[in-house]
Amino acid sequence: MTDTAAASRKSGTSGAQAGVEARRADVRNRWLLASPALTVIFFAALGPLLIMLVYSFLQKGSYGGVVWSFSLDGWFNVFLKRDIFDDTLGFADGHLSIFWRSLKLSFGTTVLALLIGFPTAYYIATRPANLRPVFLFLITIPFWTNLLIRTFAIMEVIRNEGVVNTLLMSLGVISSPIQMLYTDFAIMLGMVYVYLPLMVLPLYASMERLDFRLVEAGYDLYATRLGVLRRIIVPMVKPGIIAGSILVFVPSLGAYVTPRVLGGGKNMMLGNLIELQFGQGRNWPLGAALSITLLVVVMVALLFYVRNASKSGVKSHG
Amino acid sequence: MADAPAKPFSIRRQTGFGFIALCCFVLLYTPILILVFYSFNAGTSIAIWEGFSWRWYEAAWQNERVVDASITSLKVAISAAFLATVCATLAALATTRTAPYRGITAIYAAINQPLMVPEIVTAVALLIFFAMIKVYTGYQGLAYLIIAHTAFCIPFAYLPIRARLENMDLSLEQAAADLYASPWQTFRHVTLPLMAPGILAGAMLAFVISLDDVVITEFVKSGGQDTLPTYMLGQLRRIITPEINAISTVFLGISVAVVTVFFLLNRKGGSSS
Repeated sequence: MTDTAAASRKSGTSGAQAGVEARRADVRNRWLLASPALTVIFFAALGPLLIMLVYSFLQKGSYGGVVWSFSLDGWFNVFLKRDIFDDTLGFADGHLSIFWRSLKLSFGTTVLALLIGFPTAYYIATRPANLRPVFLFLITIPFWTNLLIRTFAIMEVIRNEGVVNTLLMSLGVISSPIQMLYTDFAIMLGMVYVYLPLMVLPLYASMERLDFRLVEAGYDLYATRLGVLRRIIVPMVKPGIIAGSILVFVPSLGAYVTPRVLGGGKNMMLGNLIELQFGQGRNWPLGAALSITLLVVVMVALLFYVRNASKSGVKSHG
Repeated sequence: MADAPAKPFSIRRQTGFGFIALCCFVLLYTPILILVFYSFNAGTSIAIWEGFSWRWYEAAWQNERVVDASITSLKVAISAAFLATVCATLAALATTRTAPYRGITAIYAAINQPLMVPEIVTAVALLIFFAMIKVYTGYQGLAYLIIAHTAFCIPFAYLPIRARLENMDLSLEQAAADLYASPWQTFRHVTLPLMAPGILAGAMLAFVISLDDVVITEFVKSGGQDTLPTYMLGQLRRIITPEINAISTVFLGISVAVVTVFFLLNRKGGSSS
């Protein structure tokens, strides 16, 4: 900042040598300025991840915690289990089914959010320019309100004594409440509800710049509305579709609160399986290994996102 | 009415999209509105309306655990927002208005790291790390929560501050330097006032994000350190009365107010530059 100003003046008066030195001092100052943030993040976010990696290779303690000796059991137990009676190996079906459910529900959530979010984003993007910020604000507000409260709101609506069941029963449509809470459906509904803004916002960002001359050209060539949508609009906003899908898929996969509140104890997802290892399961190395597995999957998805973002960025410049 | 004349052909229109958009907004807001509505219920049900009353707000106000949890929430959120904003302001000064230097990408990546890792993973990693520290030091206080919150609030505070700085050119600061202001005076009287809206916006986002956190708090807190969200999470397993709705409504009111002010601040900042 101000040092740069001083640096640039100095470099103007006393030659290249001083300029290089001033630049070096400036960079040093910048590292110094960044150091408090870096220290906090290293201490309370990045560093603990490294410790967790170490923990995944240790032996579990009988009452939680770890014993400091090398062991691959944590990683081994992610997918396999040893039968306690005859010592044979088998797949850890419990874990696999939770992995599978997490993938399935996250995928379903992403598709549903896309089906609702795409038309919504398109609708907002085609409103007059002075109305768009209002619509966007309405989309953003729920995103900044407490996730637990929003999950809780869904729970109140769909529980057996909730508004939906009470209403249907008083209308005589059903005679006994439909069990919606504590099902996979409830988890998916909750996740769609909670993460929908993450789908709409990037979709809107790519639709806002949509070139409607191309749409017009399509209609001139006798394309139907559906044809224009499928062959012109969707390909043009593909980066937004990919971005929104990843932004919904990633937090869904790591969801903890929503499945805990709406899925009850039985319908666990990966996040709940991880928690279990640090609670009743008392298997910290397994919990650490599961966390790192989740982290790797998420990182791969995000890497894809970053590559997609930079590619579409290059395209818009060229 | 049945034979309304066809609307003029619009190339922007897609059949049914308006309807789905309407459904989307209804879906987003109905559950919240129902939640707010039943917080005023005179009865104990959260689905059968028995008349208007403030009783659940009074009940929450007189519930010692709710009050304690609120105080903890505020303590943590204010400290974390303050620390995160200071860190983020310095980091934004370090990473804007400069030619790329070695390591700047690493600084970006580090600052945004808390955004990329799933919360549950960070939570569990902190549980492990802080358990070690607790064993060595015996300290059980709020500092663990505050530092954990500070870390994940930094990227949220950083974004608006950085955006603000990138819109400021160096001419005013150069003018100050030409008029023999010391670097500190230039910062204090020129840079800082210009940055202020960004800093305020960052602090507010950090505050809301810290106030809302459930997962990391749930894993890091020691006994008796419930924040309002973790208290509510604990209550969900019991019989639910509109008291929870009342707490939620107040909570929602605070979040919406802060976010609205944030948007207004941002819009002003955007239009003036």
